[in-house]
Amino acid sequence: MKYAYYPGCSLEKTQRGYDESVREIFKTLEQELIEIEDWNCCGATIYMSVKETVSLAVSARNLALAEKMGLDIIAPCSSCFTILAKTNRILSQIPEMHKNVNEALAESGLSYSGKTRVRHPLDILVNDIGIESIIHKAKRSLNGLKVAPYYGCQIVRPEKGFDDRENPILMDKLFSKCGADIVYYPMKVRCCGGMLMTTFEETALKLNKELLECAEKHQADVIVTTCPLCHMNLEGYQDKINEIYNTNFKIPILYFTQLLGIVLGLSESKLGLDSAFIPVTPKLKSIMEVQYV
Amino acid sequence: MAHLSIQSAGYMSKNEAELRRIFLEQVNFIPAGERIKRCIQCGTCTGSCPVSYAMDISPRQLIALFRAGEMETIMKSRTIWICASCYACTTRCPSGIKITDIIYALKRTAMEKNYLSQAKHVQILANLFVSNLMKYGRLHEGTLIRNYYLKVGFWKLFKLIPLAKKLYQTKRLSLFPKRINAYHSLSKIIKKAQEIDLRITAPPLEYSTDYVGYRALGEMKLEQRKGE
Ligand code: SF4
Ligand code: SF4
Repeated sequence: MKYAYYPGCSLEKTQRGYDESVREIFKTLEQELIEIEDWNCCGATIYMSVKETVSLAVSARNLALAEKMGLDIIAPCSSCFTILAKTNRILSQIPEMHKNVNEALAESGLSYSGKTRVRHPLDILVNDIGIESIIHKAKRSLNGLKVAPYYGCQIVRPEKGFDDRENPILMDKLFSKCGADIVYYPMKVRCCGGMLMTTFEETALKLNKELLECAEKHQADVIVTTCPLCHMNLEGYQDKINEIYNTNFKIPILYFTQLLGIVLGLSESKLGLDSAFIPVTPKLKSIMEVQYV
Repeated sequence: MAHLSIQSAGYMSKNEAELRRIFLEQVNFIPAGERIKRCIQCGTCTGSCPVSYAMDISPRQLIALFRAGEMETIMKSRTIWICASCYACTTRCPSGIKITDIIYALKRTAMEKNYLSQAKHVQILANLFVSNLMKYGRLHEGTLIRNYYLKVGFWKLFKLIPLAKKLYQTKRLSLFPKRINAYHSLSKIIKKAQEIDLRITAPPLEYSTDYVGYRALGEMKLEQRKGE
């Protein structure tokens, strides 16, 4: 299959590990990702402060570009995924809005009829490609690695999407088939605070401390994430949490695509694992060192 | 809780009516936004909210205050700014109320009417987001964070040095923003959209803006709730 790839702003550089691993695993699984040319910010960040037509038109420009390519969008960033899907929903439910947005898009010769579907890589991997076909290509087993699957908010909420809203299980299923031991992680959909890390830091630090605490209590070797914002908060602020709460967390945070890439036999550098702040635990290290033929 | 500012039972001040008008206009653009009428004050939203402990008014109280004609109290609250948009409340509300979107509508109302005592920094960040997008077409995190801290307290930038250093060492720090090629056509789209926003008139409200409490709800239409 071919997809219109929408990396989103944070995957361009700060979260390059997510971008690199998505591209690599899709290549390995023989799926083609064609980056949308000259995509723009999905508008998540401006949603609060501009009026509707502006935020919807900014986001719809990307949908229109993908429609021109005749492909569905694949958006790894949870925020982009939610915003693009939300734009689709509003445009289909409020015809007047759809008309207005098209009027704005027409300024640059674009139009959007509403056909582009917005998909998340987790959904495509498990529901389209299928766990069996992935396992078929597996080169390494996760060998009892203790994994805490953290889904965060925006890929499962607010609308009923590709997984359960209260207890999503796609990553649990995927990685247990890859040989991992999925730990009990009741905080799997609890919020990381998102942008609160910038606006109300104290509150966000507490939320993330609780997420880390829960993973540690259940002896997770690694937390896997699906969202750049969660990833940044859990990884980038772990030091600060340790400092403030007098804790000693050293939990590696991996994108689910990076962990899957390891299973598929891809190298550390291809998966952008050299961009991680927290070194992987010895157990994961030994899995990564397994050579295969 | 703040004192009541309603002039006499059932009627409201001019300011209250204005706040209500702006807010309800926004609510009209939320698909199924009218469900706000069906709050049963069960508190499930508050119980599901990961940050309610840090709020001055709980999500359930927001709706109660709106009903009671206390928009101004809501506008001055910390709650609307500390909401992390996690949608936990929206997912669980038994009445299908889109609480997260309602809170967005409240934020926009507060921004429009300059109720920012608790949120000057939020507005600064929001404005920087917009100018960043207008300028480059994509968000450049480095520029955004730097400009933000230059406005809210540059000494805080020093605290970010360790993080910036790590980002740099792992080749995750991009120093300069890059403009997308289609920047001009994006600006045209935005400009047109701004014009459209000015001429939009929201569809007629089902709410009465002159009344508060249950009288403001008008006739309740309980449509069948389809599985969403
Ligand atoms: S969960 Fe819904 S019905 Fe219950 S108090 Fe909150 S908004 Fe009202
Ligand atoms: S969306 Fe906001 S109010 Fe609702 S549960 Fe999340 S943080 Fe609380």
